[in-house]
Amino acid sequence: MTITEQEPATAAVPRGASREGLIFEHSRPGRRGYRLPPLDVREQKDLLPRGLMREAIADEVEVSEVDVIRHFTRLSKLNVSIDAGLYPLGSCTMKHNPRLNEEMARTPGFALSHPLQPDHQVQGDLELIWTLEQTLKAIFGMPRVTLQPVAGAHGELTGILMIHKALSRTGNPRKYILIPDSAHGTNPASAAFAGYEIRELKSNSRGTVDLEALEQAVDKDVAALMLTVPNTLGVFESDIRKMAEILHGQGAYLYCDGANLNAFVGIARPGDMGIDVMHSNLHKTFSTPHGGGGPGAGPVGVSERLVPFLPAPTVERRTDGSFYLEFHRPDSIGRMRAFNGNFGVLLRALTYIRSMGPDGLRRIAQIAVLNANYIRARLKGTYHLPYEAPSLHEVVFSDRNQTAHDVHTLDIAKRLMDYGFHPPTIYFPLIVSGALMIEPTESEPKEELDAFCEAMLAIARECAERPELVRSAPHTTPVRRLDEARAARQPVLRWRR
Amino acid sequence: MLAVIGVDSIDRLFESIPKDVQLDTPLDIPGPWSEIEARRYFRGLAAKNKTAADHVSFLGGGAYAHSQPACVDQLLLRAEFLTSYTPYQPEVSQGTLQSIFEYQTHQCLLTGLDVANASLYDGSTALCEAVLLAERVVKNRTKVIIAKSVHPHYTETVRTYVQNLGLEIVEVGWTSDGRVDLEALRKACTGGVFAVAVQSPNFLGVLEDYDAVAEVANTIGAVKIAVVAEATSFGIVTPPGEHGFDVCVGEGQAWGIPPSFGGPYVGFMVVRDALKRHMPGRLVGETVDVDGRRAYVLTLATREQHIRRGKATSNICTNEALIALAANIYLSLMGKEGLREVAMHCLQKAAYLRDRLQTISTVTIAFRGPVYNEFVYRTPFPAREILLDLEHQKILGGLPLGEFYPGHDNEILVAVTELHSREQLDQYAKALSAAVARGRR
Repeated sequence: MTITEQEPATAAVPRGASREGLIFEHSRPGRRGYRLPPLDVREQKDLLPRGLMREAIADEVEVSEVDVIRHFTRLSKLNVSIDAGLYPLGSCTMKHNPRLNEEMARTPGFALSHPLQPDHQVQGDLELIWTLEQTLKAIFGMPRVTLQPVAGAHGELTGILMIHKALSRTGNPRKYILIPDSAHGTNPASAAFAGYEIRELKSNSRGTVDLEALEQAVDKDVAALMLTVPNTLGVFESDIRKMAEILHGQGAYLYCDGANLNAFVGIARPGDMGIDVMHSNLHKTFSTPHGGGGPGAGPVGVSERLVPFLPAPTVERRTDGSFYLEFHRPDSIGRMRAFNGNFGVLLRALTYIRSMGPDGLRRIAQIAVLNANYIRARLKGTYHLPYEAPSLHEVVFSDRNQTAHDVHTLDIAKRLMDYGFHPPTIYFPLIVSGALMIEPTESEPKEELDAFCEAMLAIARECAERPELVRSAPHTTPVRRLDEARAARQPVLRWRR
Repeated sequence: MLAVIGVDSIDRLFESIPKDVQLDTPLDIPGPWSEIEARRYFRGLAAKNKTAADHVSFLGGGAYAHSQPACVDQLLLRAEFLTSYTPYQPEVSQGTLQSIFEYQTHQCLLTGLDVANASLYDGSTALCEAVLLAERVVKNRTKVIIAKSVHPHYTETVRTYVQNLGLEIVEVGWTSDGRVDLEALRKACTGGVFAVAVQSPNFLGVLEDYDAVAEVANTIGAVKIAVVAEATSFGIVTPPGEHGFDVCVGEGQAWGIPPSFGGPYVGFMVVRDALKRHMPGRLVGETVDVDGRRAYVLTLATREQHIRRGKATSNICTNEALIALAANIYLSLMGKEGLREVAMHCLQKAAYLRDRLQTISTVTIAFRGPVYNEFVYRTPFPAREILLDLEHQKILGGLPLGEFYPGHDNEILVAVTELHSREQLDQYAKALSAAVARGRR
């Protein structure tokens, strides 16, 4: 089969970006990529006991700076990134990362500050953390926010531990956390780590939580509901206030997974919806770069009754305007991590929020929702829309129209790479068979959205006319489909000589 | 666009959000700021800090000032690394995947163990994950022994993590040499213990006797966990894997990552091959594509939350990939010789300063065990006062140990790295002499 004539010219990663050997394979005896000053103290022998003194690390590399720079530059060319174009990974909010944020994080006065310095030496750091907390309080509409958690899942664990502790104070931590079947996998994992069992809530025909089902599920054994708002279909749970009432009526809490805050930042505040705890991912809504998988930050906002249980220490301001770390929090769940959270990420997020301002934040949500709905309108019909409920920042299609040609979501995703786009999130949420979850974010101009839609429409045509072309995609990437079964069956997890 | 959607205003798209929760006023926050205004503000804030930017710093305790080669940050800023995400789609993410595979390899070589994951948040949460891993492996036991000389923040974090899981933390102290009290360890090692965790170099700067600890832990079949918070020590100290340890976790910040008030850093975990299916977090493995070309992919994902949900080995999703990349670049650039040389400089310079301080009549070295690049000294005066005096002499002189261990109020933990010149070490000794001479009250 010849396919080259069908290859679009704009591959996500050009084939020319050929493979690159492992850094270990570039090693040549005697090469150096660094120079230290001469040792300027008298070298002493036997500082370490013989049994603890190591020989040279066998198989570590010997390369020059040129080797290193070329190697990593070549590796980088094997990636697609948001800077190269639309990266519509649903639930991940792949928006533009302004470079001012990077510059600010590298300010020596911040970058060189040490996490264990006494308060009076790090007033700038503490003021920044305090100021970001005030800012997030305003955005969330909640009385306090902890900035200690360093990722969304870390924030989830923090939040559920607080709920556990609050309930324990009333004599019974309870047994279950309710989680809709559309939730992120981190939700049940975090709840389990916090000591709870999971009860799954089935979504209704709109893809949202059914009020009656919730009412039946909530009893005195239920500690909380973990709800993603808007949910993973991009649909807002319009009954959220009633859900909060049902939970609160039984003494349970409403936890909000705020991964999708980008859909309503500046439009509405979680604190006004009856939400008791919410984590937000600064690497999503607040634009800190995703870095190939992290770092992130997962600040957690809480309602008044959970404030005593926040992780310690907190940052407080004295009446004279100075700042300090408050360790004396007797009801705190404790420390979630060493030191003061991902400070560098917090700094980037505050830079972004200030750059946007109040109107800019609102505009983010408006354009993100506009963009998602534009894609929805252009692709609906060609791709099956399993839930008709209105979309906010993302839209979830299925592969139902394409399976007739024996082409599936995975194939469509891979074929998109040939058209120069990173695929959407696929096969999630689990309540949609063959899900294609598309989140364009507000960063995309209409031309980019149109190019994406044209690609999706072209692929739909290919599914009907040349299904094998799609099934065997991608054709233009540095590597083609991988043997993932082999990777798992005979794991090779490191290089060996 | 609105016409294509079929609505007449953007507001219509938000009708699913009940009117009564929609804001009718803008958020009460400042901005928008131009770059000029933002720079002015943030640089002003940074100027309120006293840091290693304008002082000579001897601060350690789990965050160290090492030299980051210039090309590391330049490469990190490459958009293809900085602005991509989790490599779920391997065909367009080989750069990230291969880098993680290389990072995993470095971790294995450094620790002498078999399988490393793609990163965890930091050293403290890596220890949490190690404890939980051990508990899964050794079933039906509920106690974990953590040496008191493990970073106190790490132990506190473990306490937070396990508070509802029915697990008990048993702390074992140190003897006068600053090493874990083996006698106490032996007594604590009862049948209910599933893991023993020690840190080396420990929070006092002292290197533990891995073999002796392993021998005790083996008597009850506990998982042996080594914690390393000063990762440049791998360049000269024999790795825990060679001493029979099962798991090594720790903090990779020392590989040239800026201290940045505590993060982002990178937690690492390396385990024996037999434990790999219990591993938390992402793993990258080698495979081939349909054309037989070597390629890399996320693998053994059935351990993870997006597949296993409530039964996953961890809830971790987002990790510290970019910092792991920084570590990979640093470790590659320094390489076999550089890692040893950096470690040798740290070791020798710390020994030099230690010798210098001992010549001050009122200063004593608190613990006599072998050290790498950190040690504790004692003066007749409260550490806080001495440190304040040093600060006035433009020296960030160390950490007051009493803040971490009550009763050690006159002791100071000092860290030395390859960044310190002999002049700076002499300057420290001189400044301390002056401080203790003034240290009345």
